Amino acid sequence: MEAELLEIQDFISQYAPFNQLPEEALRDVAQSVEISYYRAGSVIIDFNNDKINELFMIRSGVVELYRRKGELYNRLDQGKLFGQMGLLTNNKVLFPAKAVKDTLLYCIPESIFHDFCERYETFADFVEVEDSTRLKQAVESKSDDANALTTSKVKTLLTRDVLMLPSSSSIKSVAQIMAEENISAVLINDPEMEDDQGSSFVGIITEHDLCVKVIASGLSVDNPVSQVMSTELISLDHNAYIFEAMLIMLRNNVHHLPILKNKQPIGLIEVADIIRYESQNSLLFVSSIFQQQSTEDLVLLSAQLKDCFVRMVNEDANSHMVGRAMSEIGRNFKQRLLELAEEKFGPPPVPYCFLALGSMARDEQLIVTDQDNAIILDNSYQESQHNDYFAKLAEFVCDGLAACGYTYCTGNIMATNPEWRKTQSQWEDCFSDWIDDPSPQALLNASIFFDIIGVYGRVKWAEQLYAFMLRRAKKNNRFLACLARNALNRTPPLGFFKSFVMEKDGGHKNSINLKRRGTAPLADLIRVHALAIGSQAQNSFERLEDIIEAGILPKSKGEDLQHAMELISLVRLRHQALDVESNIEPDNKVEPKNMSDFERRNLKDAFLVLSNAQNFLKYRYNVNQLKG
Amino acid sequence: MRHIRDKEILNWSAFLQLQTQKSKDLRLQNFYKSGTYQDDTPLSEIDFVALDFETTGLDSAQNSIISIGLVPFNLQRIFCGKAKQWYINPQDNLQENSIIIHGITHSDLKHAPDLLRVLEQLLDELAGKVVVVHYRRIERDFLDRNLRALINEGILFPVIDTMQIEAKLQRTRSHKFLNWLKGRRSESIRLANSRLRYNLPAYPPHDALTDAIATAELFQAQVKHHFTADTKIAKLWV
Repeated sequence: MEAELLEIQDFISQYAPFNQLPEEALRDVAQSVEISYYRAGSVIIDFNNDKINELFMIRSGVVELYRRKGELYNRLDQGKLFGQMGLLTNNKVLFPAKAVKDTLLYCIPESIFHDFCERYETFADFVEVEDSTRLKQAVESKSDDANALTTSKVKTLLTRDVLMLPSSSSIKSVAQIMAEENISAVLINDPEMEDDQGSSFVGIITEHDLCVKVIASGLSVDNPVSQVMSTELISLDHNAYIFEAMLIMLRNNVHHLPILKNKQPIGLIEVADIIRYESQNSLLFVSSIFQQQSTEDLVLLSAQLKDCFVRMVNEDANSHMVGRAMSEIGRNFKQRLLELAEEKFGPPPVPYCFLALGSMARDEQLIVTDQDNAIILDNSYQESQHNDYFAKLAEFVCDGLAACGYTYCTGNIMATNPEWRKTQSQWEDCFSDWIDDPSPQALLNASIFFDIIGVYGRVKWAEQLYAFMLRRAKKNNRFLACLARNALNRTPPLGFFKSFVMEKDGGHKNSINLKRRGTAPLADLIRVHALAIGSQAQNSFERLEDIIEAGILPKSKGEDLQHAMELISLVRLRHQALDVESNIEPDNKVEPKNMSDFERRNLKDAFLVLSNAQNFLKYRYNVNQLKG
Repeated sequence: MRHIRDKEILNWSAFLQLQTQKSKDLRLQNFYKSGTYQDDTPLSEIDFVALDFETTGLDSAQNSIISIGLVPFNLQRIFCGKAKQWYINPQDNLQENSIIIHGITHSDLKHAPDLLRVLEQLLDELAGKVVVVHYRRIERDFLDRNLRALINEGILFPVIDTMQIEAKLQRTRSHKFLNWLKGRRSESIRLANSRLRYNLPAYPPHDALTDAIATAELFQAQVKHHFTADTKIAKLWV
């Protein structure tokens, strides 16, 4: 006969969080309790050799918990719980425990604890909320080590509104204003040169320009400033991180960098703004890419990439920063390989733009990645004369990337594939086909082309192509519906935490692919909204900001998506960093047994956000009315 | 029939072996066959089971078992998930006064099985373990007498009696001359009072399973206060 443990059940039911639970839950607890008696003064949990795999409830007596260094953390009596922090943080002993009076403990198994966290929100809240700050500390890696250079954005350096003067101003008047404002450079605009994005920003003039081009050459200061300003504009988006600004300045040997928001200048930063920040290892790594003299040297250098990645993760960089840094590094490898290729095969017969596609274009690359690239050729390209050059160039670059750890694209979306070397007008036709006469099937493998960035050569062409695509896509409902349908192909593993729905392929029977079932469908979904509102951003986080601003999502759903994206990405990159540190080949798969309860619970929430967002997408873009 | 006195059994392991051959009842044979621990086994290596009966009265010759509670445990843990409880249809007429004590009524027991029906399950739970009771006169004598009445064969196995342990401790204390001078007298050794001395919580009495758990807790406490994990079982069982 199944015994009824009414005495135990009655006791448990009097205390939080159990007092909020239904009777069958209390019965489950009572049925699984183990009782243990500790004499006053005896150790219950020892720091050195114990793991926490139970939740402890004090039936009678008094227990004290200690911090790592031995000072008292908490004193608990009848009905109180301890051990929950350990259960939430990979069974680590966070607080050793000692009975200070004769104590009787109810020991509740870990499985019940996790099950209740899943099933009863009040229970989960209770065990987590108590000391949530401590939990946060325990889960997050030491944030003291974070480096301001890699974790701060350039916009944080902007201290004053941008000053723009018309290009018709005299050199003298500009110099006077610079003296008054005590600034070493000023931006110049020309209202007549306004481009289709509303920007009239045409140049920059610095103290150096005034010195060299005016004083040294004896030019009259009454001449218009347009004669001496620099028009080779090197600028940076306001969302870039400080280390990127430093990199760009180093590479281009400039001391001032205009900062843009939506292509409009919002400020100017100087080397002096950055110089006070310490140099960072990953920064040195990037700059050394350009010092390598051969593919072989680059391959040697690429071996350090993983360490660089781990360092960033350990420095508490968020996924946006890591994604940006790794994408930048990837693009730099490409750029250096192209420079080497041009040294080897000579200058290109016609201008071209080498493209990065997908995650590298979105600034969302991590360490496990394949290469997706393509080439835009000048319209004067003649296949019979020029094909040979670009085929060799592409082969050199793609082989080099593969040797550096960027594996070949399995879908053959690479510049080595003649299909993805098109002239400017061929690319426009190609995008027109995809957008004007869309079918889900045709778009299935094309979504990667909706995240593009110019890496080398005429990089402006990539921006132009993207703008062309945006204009066409924005109003095309059928195209958006097709794209939305494809964005629904990959669903989050909602059943994962209950029935453990795992990836089916061989080596990873007990794992979940966080890219395929998490970040990738999220990026797909965000892209649809971004194209619908004509956002120029490509990074998912930046796209989300635009989407939120456009107000097309139900209230607070955009923020939910940001958190979900960040959480899944963070878990993904933490596990990759852990793999690297333990000398395992990192991948995108995570085994639930290697997940902390914190990750498990929050991942579940993130997947739920994704699932709801997919339902909304279906409804918003009328996916169900699509035929074929 | 003469009662086998506790002190006569010097080697429980050998005694159980002998009983295996002497017993005529298959259920008892199987129980004895499981044997028990050697005399010098330390407490830390032993699986215990705390056992408690509720009865219709105190006279094992006249009264019957009406409820059995048991819970397996060791020195570290009491395994509530493996606890068992049975209500037994008594062989005698349920006396009115015991109804009041136990809160068990005629209708509770009307559909309860008789002792024979649960005997096999009960012996399975006890087999191979060391049984711990509080006041062995009840559990040992009632099981023995009730079985004699039912199958004409009694039962005997080693038990640890937490009441006896407590009695000895109290005796030692009051025998000390100084204590005698100070007027320290034996304290009550009933289950609830004994538990209080170890700061164990008060439980409502007269439920067989609650009392079994209470006994297991008391024994854990006694060991932690007065013995060690290396204490040999021969020192404690009777």
